[in-house]
Amino acid sequence: MKSLLVYLKEYKKESLLGPLFKLLEASFELMVPLVVAAVVDQGIKNDDPHFIITRCLLLAALGMIGLLCSVSAQFFAAKAAVGFATGLRKALFSHIQGLSFADSDKVGTATLITRMTGDVNQVQTGVNHVLRLFLRSPFIVFGAMVMAFTVDVRAAFIFVVLIPVLTVVVFAVILTGIPLFRKIQAGLDRVMRLTRENLTGVRVIRAFRREEEEKRLFQERADELMKMQLTAGRITGLLNPFSMVIVNIAIIILLSTGASQVAAGTLTLGAVIALVNYMSQILVELVKLANLIITITKSFASGSRIEAVFAIRNDSLAGGGWLPPDTEWNEGQQDNKPEYHEPEYHKPEYHKPKYHIQFIDVTFRYPGAGEAVLTDINFTVNKGDTIGIIGGTGAGKSSLIHLLPRFYEAEKGAIMINDQDIRTMPVDSLRSRIGIVMQKAILFKGTIRDNLLWGKANATEEELWEALRIAQAEEFVSSKEGQMEAKVEQEGRNYSGGQRQRLSIARALVRRPDILIMDDSTSALDYLTEAKLRTAVREACSDTTVLIISQRASSVMHTDKILVLDEGKIVGTGTHQELLKACPVYKEIYETQFESST
Amino acid sequence: MKDKERIKTLRSILNYIKPHWLRLMVSVTMALFTVVLGLYLPILIGRAVDLIGIIHQEGSKKEFLTLLSVMAGVAGAGALTQWILNLTNNRIVFHVVRDIRKQAFDKVAELPFSYLDGHSHGDVLSRIITDVDQFADGLLIGFTQAFTGIITIAGTVLFMLRVNVAVTAVVVFLTPLSLFTANFIAKRTFGMFQLQSEARGEQTALVNEMIGNQKVVQAFGQEEEVEKQFDEINERLGKHSLRAIFYSSLTNPVTRFVNNLVYAGVGLAGALYTLSGGLTVGQLTIFLSYANQYTKPFNEISEVIAELQNALACASRVLELIEAEPEAADGMETVQEEAADGVKTAQGEAADRTETVQGEAANGTEIVQAKAAVGNVELERVYFAYRHGQKLIEDLSLCVRVGQRVAIVGPTGCGKTTVINLLMRFYDVNSGRIMLEGRDIRMLTRHSLRSAYGMVLQETWLRNGTIWDNITLGKKDATKEEVIAAAKSSRAHGFIKRLPEGYETVIGEDGGSLSQGEKQLLCIARVMINLPPMLILDEATSSIDTRTEMRIQEAFNLMMEGRTSFIVAHRLSTVRHADVILVMKNGAIIEQGEHEELMAMKGFYWEMYRSQLPVSNRLS
Repeated sequence: MKSLLVYLKEYKKESLLGPLFKLLEASFELMVPLVVAAVVDQGIKNDDPHFIITRCLLLAALGMIGLLCSVSAQFFAAKAAVGFATGLRKALFSHIQGLSFADSDKVGTATLITRMTGDVNQVQTGVNHVLRLFLRSPFIVFGAMVMAFTVDVRAAFIFVVLIPVLTVVVFAVILTGIPLFRKIQAGLDRVMRLTRENLTGVRVIRAFRREEEEKRLFQERADELMKMQLTAGRITGLLNPFSMVIVNIAIIILLSTGASQVAAGTLTLGAVIALVNYMSQILVELVKLANLIITITKSFASGSRIEAVFAIRNDSLAGGGWLPPDTEWNEGQQDNKPEYHEPEYHKPEYHKPKYHIQFIDVTFRYPGAGEAVLTDINFTVNKGDTIGIIGGTGAGKSSLIHLLPRFYEAEKGAIMINDQDIRTMPVDSLRSRIGIVMQKAILFKGTIRDNLLWGKANATEEELWEALRIAQAEEFVSSKEGQMEAKVEQEGRNYSGGQRQRLSIARALVRRPDILIMDDSTSALDYLTEAKLRTAVREACSDTTVLIISQRASSVMHTDKILVLDEGKIVGTGTHQELLKACPVYKEIYETQFESST
Repeated sequence: MKDKERIKTLRSILNYIKPHWLRLMVSVTMALFTVVLGLYLPILIGRAVDLIGIIHQEGSKKEFLTLLSVMAGVAGAGALTQWILNLTNNRIVFHVVRDIRKQAFDKVAELPFSYLDGHSHGDVLSRIITDVDQFADGLLIGFTQAFTGIITIAGTVLFMLRVNVAVTAVVVFLTPLSLFTANFIAKRTFGMFQLQSEARGEQTALVNEMIGNQKVVQAFGQEEEVEKQFDEINERLGKHSLRAIFYSSLTNPVTRFVNNLVYAGVGLAGALYTLSGGLTVGQLTIFLSYANQYTKPFNEISEVIAELQNALACASRVLELIEAEPEAADGMETVQEEAADGVKTAQGEAADRTETVQGEAANGTEIVQAKAAVGNVELERVYFAYRHGQKLIEDLSLCVRVGQRVAIVGPTGCGKTTVINLLMRFYDVNSGRIMLEGRDIRMLTRHSLRSAYGMVLQETWLRNGTIWDNITLGKKDATKEEVIAAAKSSRAHGFIKRLPEGYETVIGEDGGSLSQGEKQLLCIARVMINLPPMLILDEATSSIDTRTEMRIQEAFNLMMEGRTSFIVAHRLSTVRHADVILVMKNGAIIEQGEHEELMAMKGFYWEMYRSQLPVSNRLS
C-alpha cells in the first residue's frame, strides 16, 4: 500500500487540507458542551436571558462554521482521492500494457482486469474515508479527554481510564472479526465455485444423474458458510452492547463523583453536564472508527493486490527494449541495411543477407514452467518463401512464432532476421516488419478503417482496399453500409468468425510486412476462399516471407518448406513429398487425417 | 419496478421469512426494548442532574444512589437486549440467505436447457451469489434501521411531549429540514452518479478489450494509441467521480448543520423555559440529547430507502430464477422393464410439479442395469427448433438397431450437438417422437434414459477435485481396482501415474493444469467405469496432438464394441465405417445414409469428402 502513496503526491495540498478542515470542524464540535455548560451555569443560574440568547446564537454560529469546514474537508478529500485513483489507474494501465506476454500469462488477464477496476475503486474509497475520518475520530476521543481536563482534573481521570478500556474492547472485537471475515470470503468462494461448476458442467452432471448428489454438496457448503457467518456475527455483535455498558458505567461514576464535588462546591452543575456530553461523543466516534477500520482493511487488501501487479517487472525488455545496452543503433537505417552486428554472431562485412530468418539452437521455456517447450530449434528461411509449420497441440508451434516478434525471449540460442540478432533491434521496429494474424481473430471497437489503420497509421485509401482485396474481404466490406466506416463493436463481435479472420488478415497486410505469420488463422474460411486467399497473398506480396501454422496437413502441403514439430523439437524439414518418405511423424499426421489405418 | 411486481416480490420474501416468525417476534421485541431503554437513559441522567443540584437536601442522596443503580440496570439490560437483537437478526438473515441460495441452486438442477443455454453463466451465478448477499445485507440494514428508526422517532416524541410540549414542537418542526436537504442533494447527485457509472462502464469495456487482447495490441505496436484512449476516458471518469463523490458527500455535513440548528433552537427554547420554571436543568439535558437522537433516523432515511430498494431489486432477480418454469415433467417408466406397479401414464405437460417429484423419487429406487439388449433407437418424424420460426430439424426419421454406429458430420458445431440434446432429452422434440426400446422417451424418467447413455463431449468438463473424484463421478462407490481398470482401458492410467500424487492429484477448476487430450481421456475413464449400453461420443478435433488422439481413438473403439453409438465424427475412418451418416449443414440434416449411398448422391457430403472433410475441423 505504501508504494502506492506516490500517486497522492500531486495532491499533497489536498491531502493535508482535507484532514485539517476536518479537525477544525471537530474542534468546533468539541466546544459545544462547554457552551451548553455556560448556558446552565451562567445563563440559567443568573437568570440572564440575554446571555442564553447570545450563547444559543453562538451554538448556531459554531454549526455554521462547522458546515463550512466540513464542506471544504469533503471537497479536498474527494479531490485527493479521485485524483489519486485517476493517477493510479493511468499508471497501472500503462504498466499492464508494457508487460511482456510471459508476465501477463502468469497473472492472467481476468485478474489484471479486476485489479484495474474493482481494486482501484476500493482503494479510492479507502483514501477518501481515511482523509475524512481517520484523524477525526481519534481527535475527538482525545480532544474530549483534553476538554475534560479543562473542566475538571479529577473527573478527567475517569476519561483517562475509560479511553484505553474502550479502545481495547473495540480493537479486540475488530481484530478477532477480520480473520473471520476472511474465512467467510473463502467459504463464499467455495460456494461460488460449486455453483459455477454446476452451470458449466450441467450436461455432464445430468448425464451422470448427479443432481441429488450436487444438491447435497451445495447444502453442505452453504451450511458451512452460514455457520461461519453466525460465528462472526456473534463476535461483531458484541461491539455495540459492550461499548454501551462501558460508557454508561463511566457516566455513572462521573455522576456520582460529580455529585459529591457539586455538593462540596468544587464543580458546577453545567460542568457535570458537559462531562456527560463528552462521554457520549466518545462513544459515537469509537463506533465510527470501528466501521472505518473495516473499510481500511478492505482497501489495504486491494492496495496490496495492485502493488503485486506493479511488482511484476518487465525483465526481458527492460531498458528501452534491446540488448546489449552499449549498442549504438542508428535510427535512420533501421529499416533496411542494419550496420551494427552483435559480436557473437558478427559478420565482418555487410552483404546481402544469406537467410531472411534463421533460428540457431533456440531453446525456450515459459517462465516458471518445468519443461522446455522448444528445444534446440535450428532452421533457415529464404526471403519470399512460404513455410508451413505443423504439429499437434503442445508441439510448440505458436511458441515458436511468438519468439520472432519477441513476445517471449529465447532461453538459449539466437534468432536472426537478415543475419542480425533480433535482440539487437528495437522492439518497435522489429514488430513493425512483422504482420501477425493470431489464432483468435480479434477486432477492436471503432470502424473497419480504424482497425485496418492499426497495421499502418498513415496508409492510403488504395493501400487499405488492396489489403482487403488480398484478404478476400473486399466484397463483404464494400457491401456494408458505410463500407470502411462500418462500426465494429468490442472484440468485433458483430462480425462472423470468417469475416473477423479476413479483416485481421487484412490488418496484418496493410503494413506490407516483411514477414507474415498466419497462426491457424483461416479456420473459419471455406476451402475455396482459403485457396483464393493463398494465391492472392503469393501474387501480391512476392517479397513477403509467409509462415503458416496449422495442425492439418492439407493447409501446409503446398508450401515451399514444411517444419514438423513434435514435443518441442523439429523432427522433420522438407517438402510434402520428402517428408512423406522421410518423416514418420508427418506421415502419421497425414495418414490420420487422410484416413487409412484403424 | 412496478407496484404489482413489488408486492409479488414482497410476498415471496415474506414466505422465506415465515418459518422464522418466532425469531422475528423476538427481534421486534428486542428492538423495541433496546430503543426504549436507550431513550430512558437520558431521562435518568437528566433526573440525576436535577438531584445533583439539590444533593444537600434531605433524602436526595439516597434517591440519587438508587437512580444510579437503576441506570446501571437499564444500561445493562439495554446492552443485553441489543446483543440478543443482533444475534437474532443474524440468525434470521443468514438462514434466509442459505435457504434462498439452496432453493436457487436446486432450481438449477431442474431448469430446462433452454433457460440455461439462454442465460449467461455469469448472470445466473451472480443471482445466486451476489444478489442473495446484497439482498440479505439490504434486508438486515434496511429492516433494522427502518424499524428502530420508527420506534426512536415515536419514542422520543412521546417522551418529549410528556416533559414539555412547546420545546417538543421546536424539535418536531425543525428536523424535517434535514430530510428535505438530504433528499434535495440525493436528487441532484443522481445524474452525476449516472455520468460516473457511464464513464466507468466505458473504461471497463476498454480495459477488457485491450488487456484481454494484449497480444494483438503489442503485435501492432498500438500501446501508445490505446493509452491515449484510456487516458481520455480516465480523465473524464475522474471529473465525473469528483463531482459525484463531492456533492453526495455534502449530505452528511448539511444534515449535521440542520441538526446543530435544531440543537441550538432546543437549547434556546429550553433554557428560556427553565428560566420561567417550566423546565428543570435536568429536563433541558434530556431535550438536548433527544434533539440529537431524534434527528438521526431522518438523516439515515434516504440511505435506508436506497438499501431497501436495492434489496428488493436483488430479491426479484433471484426470485425470477427460482420461479422460472422448470423442465417438462418427468416420465415414470424406466428403460428396461415395465414399472412394477404398471403405472404407465404418459405424464406430458399435464403433470404438475408434485408428480415430477414423485417421478424423481420413483427412479431413485431402481435404475436399469446396463444390458446389451438395450440399444434400439427410433426417431419418428422429429421436428425441432430452439426458437419458434427457426427451421432446424425437420421431419427426421431414423431407425438404429442394437450395436449400430451413427456418425453425424457437418461443417459447424451447432447443429451436431442438437441431435445429442434430443437423444439425452436435454431438449424435447417439438413434434414427432424418439423411441427407446419401443417406448417414447418422454415416458421414461430422465434418469433412467440418461443412465442408458455414456457421453463423452468435446468440451471436457472436469470438476475441481482429485482425479479419483472425477473418474468416480458416475459410480461413487467404485473400488480401487475398478477405477484403475477404467483408467487403463481408457488409456489414462499412464499419465495419471506420472502426476505428482497419482489418482489423488487435485486438478483445478475446469481441469486446470491438464492438457486438452488428458482431460478427454479422463472423461472417457469416467464413462468407462460404468459402461452403459449406448454411447454418445464427440470426436476430438484439432485441439489434441496426434499421439493422444490415437489413444482416444483406441479407447473409443473399445467402448463402441457391440454398443449403439452416436458419434459426432471428424475422422474419415469413423465416418466410413458408420452404419448411418447424418450430414448436417446450418443446423439442419440435409443428407442421410451410408457412405457409398451418399457418395453416389454427389451432394454436400461428396463435396465435403472430396475436400478431405477438413471443414469440420477448422471451426473448432
